[in-house]
Amino acid sequence: MAEYSAFALLKNALTGNQDWKPAWRKPEPKPAYDVIIIGGGGHGLSTAYYLAKEFGITNVAVLEKGYLGSGNVGRNTTAVRSNYLLPENVRFYEHSMKLWENLSHELNYNVMFSQRGCLNLAHTPGQLDDYARRGNAMRHEGVDAELMTPAQIAKLVPGLDVSASARFPIIGGLMQRRAGTARHDAVAWGYARGADRRGVDILENCEVTGFIKDGDRVVGVNTTRGEIRAGKVAVAVAGHTGHVMRMAGIDTMPIESHVLQAFVSESLKPFLHTVLTFGMGHFYASQSDKGGLVYGGDLDGYNSYAQRGNLPIVEEVMSEMLALFPSLARVRVLRSWGGVCDMSMDGSPIITTGPLPGMYLNCGWCYGGFKATPASGWCFAHTIARDEPHEFNAPFTLDRFQRGTIIDDKGQGSTPRLH
Amino acid sequence: MLITCPYCGPRDVSEYTYQGDGNRTRPDPASTDQEVWNAYVYDRLNPAGEHHEIWQHSGGCRAHLAVTRNTLTHVVSSVSFARDAGHKKSDSRRKTGAKA
Amino acid sequence: MSPRRAISGGRIDRLRTIRFTFDGRPFTGHAGDTLASALLANGVTLFARSFKYHRPRGVLTAGIDEPNALVTVLSGAVREPNIPATMLEIYDGLNVASQNRFPSLAYDVGALNQLGSKVLGAGFYYKTFMGPVIGPLKGTRFWMFCEWFIRRAAGLGSAGLEKDPSRYERMNAFCDVLVVGSGPAGLIAAKAASDSGARVMLAELDATPGGSANWSGETIDGLPAAEWAAETLRDLKARENVRVLPRTTVWGYYDGNTLSAVERVADHRNTPAKGEPRHRHWTIRTQSVVLATGAFERPLVFPGNDRPGVMLAGAALRYVNQYGVLPGQKIAIFTNNDSAYHTAEALKKAGAEIVAMVDVRDDTSVAGREIAREVGGEYLAGHAVVATEGGAQVSGIKVQRINAATGALSGDPRSIHADCLLVSGGWSPTIHLASQAGLKPEWDNDLQAFLPPKPTQNWVGAGAFNGSFSTEKAISEGHAAGLTAAGATDGKADELPSVDADAFDPNPAPVFEIKAKGKAFVDLQHDVTADDVRLAHREGFVSVEHLKRYTTLGMATDQGKTSNIPGLAIMAETLGKPIPDVGTTRFRAPFAPVSVGSLAGERYGDIRPERLTPMYDWHVENGAEFYAAGLWHRPMIYGLSGESVEQAYVRETKAVRGGVGLVDVSTLGKIAVQGPDAGAFLDRVYTNMFSTLAIGKARYGLMLREDGFVLDDGTTWRLGEHDFLMTTTTANAGKVMQHLEYLLDVVWPELKVQLTSVTDQWAGAAISGPKSRDVLAACVTGTKVDNDALPFMGIVYGEIDGAPVMICRLSFSGELAYEVYSGAGHGTHVWQALIKAGEPFAIVPYGLEALGTMRIEKGHVTGAEIDGRTTARDLHLDWMLSKKKPFIGSAMMDREGLVAEDRLQLVGIVSLDNRPLNGGAHIVEELDEANPHGSLGHLTAACYSPSLGKYIGLALVKGGKARQGTRAFISDPLRKRFGPVEIVSHHFFDPEGSRMHG
Repeated sequence: MAEYSAFALLKNALTGNQDWKPAWRKPEPKPAYDVIIIGGGGHGLSTAYYLAKEFGITNVAVLEKGYLGSGNVGRNTTAVRSNYLLPENVRFYEHSMKLWENLSHELNYNVMFSQRGCLNLAHTPGQLDDYARRGNAMRHEGVDAELMTPAQIAKLVPGLDVSASARFPIIGGLMQRRAGTARHDAVAWGYARGADRRGVDILENCEVTGFIKDGDRVVGVNTTRGEIRAGKVAVAVAGHTGHVMRMAGIDTMPIESHVLQAFVSESLKPFLHTVLTFGMGHFYASQSDKGGLVYGGDLDGYNSYAQRGNLPIVEEVMSEMLALFPSLARVRVLRSWGGVCDMSMDGSPIITTGPLPGMYLNCGWCYGGFKATPASGWCFAHTIARDEPHEFNAPFTLDRFQRGTIIDDKGQGSTPRLH
Repeated sequence: MLITCPYCGPRDVSEYTYQGDGNRTRPDPASTDQEVWNAYVYDRLNPAGEHHEIWQHSGGCRAHLAVTRNTLTHVVSSVSFARDAGHKKSDSRRKTGAKA
Repeated sequence: MSPRRAISGGRIDRLRTIRFTFDGRPFTGHAGDTLASALLANGVTLFARSFKYHRPRGVLTAGIDEPNALVTVLSGAVREPNIPATMLEIYDGLNVASQNRFPSLAYDVGALNQLGSKVLGAGFYYKTFMGPVIGPLKGTRFWMFCEWFIRRAAGLGSAGLEKDPSRYERMNAFCDVLVVGSGPAGLIAAKAASDSGARVMLAELDATPGGSANWSGETIDGLPAAEWAAETLRDLKARENVRVLPRTTVWGYYDGNTLSAVERVADHRNTPAKGEPRHRHWTIRTQSVVLATGAFERPLVFPGNDRPGVMLAGAALRYVNQYGVLPGQKIAIFTNNDSAYHTAEALKKAGAEIVAMVDVRDDTSVAGREIAREVGGEYLAGHAVVATEGGAQVSGIKVQRINAATGALSGDPRSIHADCLLVSGGWSPTIHLASQAGLKPEWDNDLQAFLPPKPTQNWVGAGAFNGSFSTEKAISEGHAAGLTAAGATDGKADELPSVDADAFDPNPAPVFEIKAKGKAFVDLQHDVTADDVRLAHREGFVSVEHLKRYTTLGMATDQGKTSNIPGLAIMAETLGKPIPDVGTTRFRAPFAPVSVGSLAGERYGDIRPERLTPMYDWHVENGAEFYAAGLWHRPMIYGLSGESVEQAYVRETKAVRGGVGLVDVSTLGKIAVQGPDAGAFLDRVYTNMFSTLAIGKARYGLMLREDGFVLDDGTTWRLGEHDFLMTTTTANAGKVMQHLEYLLDVVWPELKVQLTSVTDQWAGAAISGPKSRDVLAACVTGTKVDNDALPFMGIVYGEIDGAPVMICRLSFSGELAYEVYSGAGHGTHVWQALIKAGEPFAIVPYGLEALGTMRIEKGHVTGAEIDGRTTARDLHLDWMLSKKKPFIGSAMMDREGLVAEDRLQLVGIVSLDNRPLNGGAHIVEELDEANPHGSLGHLTAACYSPSLGKYIGLALVKGGKARQGTRAFISDPLRKRFGPVEIVSHHFFDPEGSRMHG
């Protein structure tokens, strides 16, 4: 398959763009693979890519029940950042950030990762101290972070209400300059193309209907496209983990599925170049290269697999947006959608061997899965290939709940809707 | 989404606070069986379909309600007071991810 | 007379002239015009530039489906971008600007993009801009360099930077039947439902209800359809059980038959009338819904189909019949179905010349041929338009023979002179709301359209929404739907209005695209061409969602209302599959863009309530500076003129430790825990015992979560055998209340306990310092306050200046101290009495900073340490964990992760360089300013301690208990503060507590 480049674009333009080839093949399933990855979203595809690239394991199939990237990789608000508090999280997400920084080259696919920064606004001195704690935690792990003054913030983000008379005045903020946004679909497509070029079979419209077991050991899956056997079966179906694991005989998981809504405005001349978060509620926004404001807020707050949200959250999110940007009252919401998130019990993910022999599990991404895509696949591939976690994902076990070694960045305990 | 509170009538979801999986039963307080506690605190059935769950009418009478609701359609099929629901005993021997 | 205004006809008020400006040029129109109709009447054809190639664009539609003619409405510094000219009612003083062009609409340098259009096809971004792998532009730099230019060019209109001064409001409504759409189907449905006694709401997105009756030119019940609609509307409006909402777009269909609508209350006026909001956000909860939302006409895809002067035939019918505007003088029509013939008739009647009727079908109907003959001009059955001619305006078309079955063109193309081309590619029912509340839409091969899905909520459809395109059917279906929705059965169908209209065959020929040489646009706003769709296919982006995402088809402000089906059809043809096998995207809310302001409603400018203590006004009058604590405003300091914050809190702290001070503690959470099992209940929720507490005494209590981590702390006072008053931290008041309620209601319903939040009922003032007892003695009556009457943790009742008070002797400051509670209404009175009584003792009011300083000196924990990740042991509170009983959290608190030696544990920190410390600074063993590493933990709080004369802080440090007495460093790269510190016990001051017991 041809390399993508400006030259290739010019060459193809001269031949009427007739010679472009499919970005990935659409093969028929083989009866067996070394590794099956259930879930053709960002994490499943990146896992396949790194299995092939880092470990030379290419007899791999990615099984996707719908179209490739139909889950949360195409439904998020595209922010990429590593501005966490707890060292386990900082290290993992920073590894992801480093992979992001070279991803377009690595994949020969422009995922449009743009490091225009992520700014968390602080509204009280106590909150600013909290952000300082977090920023210093990042700095002590070698990650960039800085505090910004209201004057610097006002200059960076026009239209922001920085007045002292605001209901929640902005007194500063925590900035990670290396954070930013990427084009979410391109990440799925780029990994798919990259995995495909290394021989991975991507099987769309291939829904898993059951697990084939030999005793307790998982040895394959039944699908809508027939039975497929595998030496190792990896599950990366965030949003639907409970549902899929039940098919494997695991009735309960430390996960609840919640719906998170996202919104995009009509296209506007770009004025917001960073990712911005509100400190006195739950609101975040960025502006895409097409000009749409991409934003969201809190979870709807109850178990749901419906990919449809409810009205009170819509109203809440819009109110918060206007608390920050009173001039945007006349901007109009164009689209809304809902994604189903795996909300884990401590707000952190699970990347592990097991819980059954022959099985590997990647889940619990809450609403932070997009930025984790590279590191998640990288660590999961390591875990599958070596049958043990890499040090980056070693803390993200399933038994950490029983052991009490939980990784609770928000300090909310086992109430998933609050993470 | 509307939930019909037995006291207050049909009310918008914004008046309620979700209190999670209603299939769980708190273990005997004196129990020291970590597995049972772990299941109570951390493990969830999380079905795609009918779900027994607890909601508090926090913006109204503040009663806790045992609600059966479909997580695929959001259709609420039954509501009663949690204190009367005679809480379904959960099977503590359910196969849990954390255990296996 | 405007050049394109017909001599007569239309529903506009020709006696009322309206003046407005477009791009600074003055224009006039008439009352009842939209911006689009008024500009068309003035002969304007160039309205906008497209998104990507900046191609000149005119008006395609007459409604909410408009992809091209978007404008910015200016009102002073306030801007409202991306408004379809077709939806904007003109008013005197309306000031509108075109968008996405530089320097002007007529001459736009962005149009140069077209030169590279072969390179800039669908998905080109993904294939380039990666930049070099090494060197200064490696990583993301080259892309970001390119992106800077891309972002300069991106976007349609500009958002304003000035606050929108408008008011928005939210309205909740309840009804039995909501009728969406007020065409003949909707009007009759509303009438039938109302006749059956139902409470009805009728929502219409346009200014004038009536829908197609306003422009069909048909006759209903012997009246011109528009008059019949007006008459019917008058009847409906007069009814008590009907509410009509014009200018109201129902945009969301949410769970529980809750629909959301936005009413553009004042957009058609220069300034809103008194009390009027600009927009009103309706939340409508209804038993059932009648969807009578009509249908959208589809364009045909052929080269040059985006040139200004190309318009939908149905839109032209509307311009001529509703607005009395001719879209051109020499008009050509291009269609694959019969509906456009009707337009030809109306235009002819209004005075336009029809130069050609081009129909892809060979075997057109007798009636069609008859109309074609009557309107004159060439009749070209079995032909297609293969190009348009002209610059920024159609000057002619090219036609060629077509085989409608195969799409094959034959013969030589031939030019026909025309200044306007009307197209019709068939009609798609407006099923967007149904899609939000239904299963998958169903494809109808005859209509070549998706019909409404099976409902998952309680709605019925009627008229064109169902694919029933005749007015007669709309009326009969509307009637039936109205009755069904109202739950009635006995409607009188024989009394329905009669319709006099041309019969027409609704089925189009299955032709969506004319494949000739040149750029043929599918999505006009995003410049997605038929070739882009084929490129997506070639590269494997064949599922409908991939098509959308790869090409951006249907993602523009019109959300593909005119482009989705043609795009799908081209993909289906390329794949060799039937259209429904390619799929359809699910329509999601909103149906059409909704202003953010309306959704915020009354919360615009007032996002959260403010919580003020009863003594708030006193604090303001006495110079307090405030600090936001959640929703509360609490005094931070009472600064004197010229004082810094540090100087103020040091002064206040010294005054307390040396004499007496008063602080407002009304914000503490307060919960009345009452009932025969109250003591037992508290034993279960606190780690320590409360059932043994004597009446008239208070005790400090600690609560854990079920998972064994600390939830909250506070004192609980036993007021009677079955009567406790619990206090919580300010931040956790709501959380603790909910936690307790859950336990009582769900886990232990057998316990007889009642909980009542009384936070707002009590005002609290804490009086602290060695002189505090003297002050109380001077003003409290009805009780003694000496050490015998009121020992540490004791409670007494008395009065202060006539107001009943409850006084508990407890201390957060470490001094002899009391909390004085009174009814909230007496709060200021009691506060002032305490201040007055304290005057001889030099009492000072003190704020949160001094409070915080004294608690740091004492090593008391607050929210900064109880951060949801700490255990009782981490905070040296092991002594509070009762071994005599189980309590919430006791079973989980001994897990290995919660008892590990290297956990973050509470310590005291003393600055060794006599410089201030900051909360959020980290602690390290080895200082490395260039590459900070090896964090041991962080400072949770810091202050200058006047009692110690040092800068001190509290910190959570890894294995901190074992580190007391050792040296470490503060490492705060964010604030560039580094320096030596000593790790000490968190009890800095009076560790024995002799002062508060004194």
